[in-house]
Amino acid sequence: MGAEFLFQGATIQRLLAGLGVTLRISLLSVGLSIPLGVLMGMLFMRRNPVLRAVLRVYLDFIRVMPQLVLLFLVFFGSATAFGLNFSGEVASVIVFTAWGAAELGDLVRAALESIPRSQYDSAFALGLTSRQTFLRVVLPQALRRLLPPSVNLVTRIIKTTSLCMLIGVVEVVRVGQQIIDFNRFDYPQSALWTYAVLALLYFVICWPLSLLSRWLEKRSSS
Amino acid sequence: MNWELVVEYAPLFAEAARVTLFISVGGIVCALLVGLAVAVARLWHVPLLSQVGVAYVEVARNTPSLVQLFFLYFGLPKVGIVLSPEACAIACLAFLGGGYMAEAFRSALESVPPIQHESAQVLGLTRSQAFMRVVLPQAMAQATPALVANVVFLVKESSVVSGIALADLMYVAKDIIGQSYDTAEALFLLVVFYAVILVPISALGSVVEGRFADGR
Repeated sequence: MGAEFLFQGATIQRLLAGLGVTLRISLLSVGLSIPLGVLMGMLFMRRNPVLRAVLRVYLDFIRVMPQLVLLFLVFFGSATAFGLNFSGEVASVIVFTAWGAAELGDLVRAALESIPRSQYDSAFALGLTSRQTFLRVVLPQALRRLLPPSVNLVTRIIKTTSLCMLIGVVEVVRVGQQIIDFNRFDYPQSALWTYAVLALLYFVICWPLSLLSRWLEKRSSS
Repeated sequence: MNWELVVEYAPLFAEAARVTLFISVGGIVCALLVGLAVAVARLWHVPLLSQVGVAYVEVARNTPSLVQLFFLYFGLPKVGIVLSPEACAIACLAFLGGGYMAEAFRSALESVPPIQHESAQVLGLTRSQAFMRVVLPQAMAQATPALVANVVFLVKESSVVSGIALADLMYVAKDIIGQSYDTAEALFLLVVFYAVILVPISALGSVVEGRFADGR
């Protein structure tokens, strides 16, 4: 079969170590995105036109540019523009946090806006303070709408971190390439198997999250 | 920023933009066809095809495009399937996009009430007529916002093809940065060219979405 190399030496350990880097970048970015995204979403709700316009431009820029362009901007651009030399991994975390926060901010905004005015009015009429109204009436409903697309966003971030290898981060795809190079002569078919295994590794992580997102979606709509 | 350099490099980026557009358009057209075929196979419960379709959609949506591309470009030649970089890039976008398009078509097709199909058959339309003239037009109207979003997504994803040395916008930017360190100029042109391509499509998407939201 030509796939024996996968079980020889430290191949599997190396792939898992690479996957660790992938997950470290992803989880760090997700963790930083959550507070920033929630903050962005709540700033959107302020009826301040200047603030709204600034956030809109930021969100549209992040959304419209390919993630690889954003990685290049931070990795190469920050050195030229500000004299800051980020490592590939730091640049990656910055980009995926900026992206995650923008997307999550928009989701938070949409979730908060979807709560009808009558919910606030009824809560106030019942004598709840604005803090109580937010924590006990608005937040639980908003969370239910927010959760499915947010879980989806996590899978998108995990998949997209594969682009980090193009700015020199040694994550799981780059480790895969090193394994292919190492086995080039003894196992000429290593490229086929290694990329299949890489796809499988991502699938094993992302698929359950996709299923969870769909399950949450179904539960909140019924 | 040296504007003379920007002017000097602009034609290189214009050439690269043609590569990006060629691959994106090719990939998007194929993705639409793949997506529609899979969605119809699932709607009609075609044996085998619908099960394969379900598995395909999950794989396409839950693996990174870069890994899909490398598998096609570096992996498949090992079993004798050698494609040109352009063909690989288009096949990759078709594979990736097909999964997303299939989901957009499927949810749109499912949103058309069964009575539409039944009524069409009662009126004497054949199954294929009922589908082509009654169900599909209504589904297309439903699917359009999601399809436009997928188009934007696929043009953005086409940036990964620089990974197999196709001279798209990303590749040219990387080349200039590597050869002459004109980083600011290269990144400026990169952003401008992607914005010129993507802002109109994404604006169109907002208009389309707004129109359909009003209609409901």
